[in-house]
Amino acid sequence: MITSENLQRNQTDFKPGDTVRVHYRVIEGNRERTQVFEGLCLARRGSGISETFLVRKNSFGVAVERIFPLHSPKIAKIEVVTRGDVRRAKLYYIREKVGKKARVKRAR
Amino acid sequence: MATAVFGRKKHMTQAFEDDGTLVGVTVIEVEPNFITAVKTEDDDGYNAVQVGFGIVPTRKVNRPHAGQFEKHETPPRRHLREVRDATGEIGQTIGVDAFEVGDKVHVSATSKGKGFQGTVKRHGFGRGPVSHGSHNIRQPGSVGASADPSRIFPGQKMPGQTGNRTATIKNLRVVNVDPERNEIWVRGGIPGGKNAVVRIRKAGD
Repeated sequence: MITSENLQRNQTDFKPGDTVRVHYRVIEGNRERTQVFEGLCLARRGSGISETFLVRKNSFGVAVERIFPLHSPKIAKIEVVTRGDVRRAKLYYIREKVGKKARVKRAR
Repeated sequence: MATAVFGRKKHMTQAFEDDGTLVGVTVIEVEPNFITAVKTEDDDGYNAVQVGFGIVPTRKVNRPHAGQFEKHETPPRRHLREVRDATGEIGQTIGVDAFEVGDKVHVSATSKGKGFQGTVKRHGFGRGPVSHGSHNIRQPGSVGASADPSRIFPGQKMPGQTGNRTATIKNLRVVNVDPERNEIWVRGGIPGGKNAVVRIRKAGD
């Protein structure tokens, strides 16, 4: 049981604009394995235990967006692949962009 | 063991279950219910236990109640409620330990008052057309036939007071019990606003 008082500690520090790799535990039958979802973090929303983040990736030409609860015990690990340099907190505009424009500047 | 405890609705939040699913929960604060009186069939005509909760200064309770608490040598409580067919002795307390994680409970409270409402909000009636000169937007419609039976049948759904009545939500699962903070967490919403007095009883009891 995870409550707002015992939120997962040492959370990875990441922001919208960062490219993140989310290691997500998947239970298939009675076997557990880790699935990796790597993409651009578009937004973080909510606070406390209810906080979630949105990751967008391109899977074989199809854009896939997935919302993860930040404090989910199913998340084994969050890695930051690259840091982005962006000016807004929500990067929904990326959805409308194609090709070179659908990128985020790298942070120096 | 009494079959019900009383507490206060605190707030709603979310919690992760052991299998990782996120559920909406309501936090209910249950400070130990102090048994103030025991009613018996012989003396009172029915069996019940009277419990008090919500500690207040003596000046806030009337003299008969203050005297009762003084006799039991305990601080006065704001609320006194009865639990029928429960057993216990004066001076005992019933608290969060009456429940375990996984129990099914029924939660009763006074629902939020909505005032005098029409049939659309109160009974979920549909509404009429809004345009083309319609004056039948939120009207209740026909309430019965004509000369036969020349009356409206009892129970016809009509506008009236909505909410502010005792409502019970059944079979809520206890998600967490925190004896340190005197809190019980139940899955889902319960009636009433914040700080509403709620009654929690085990399902099937």
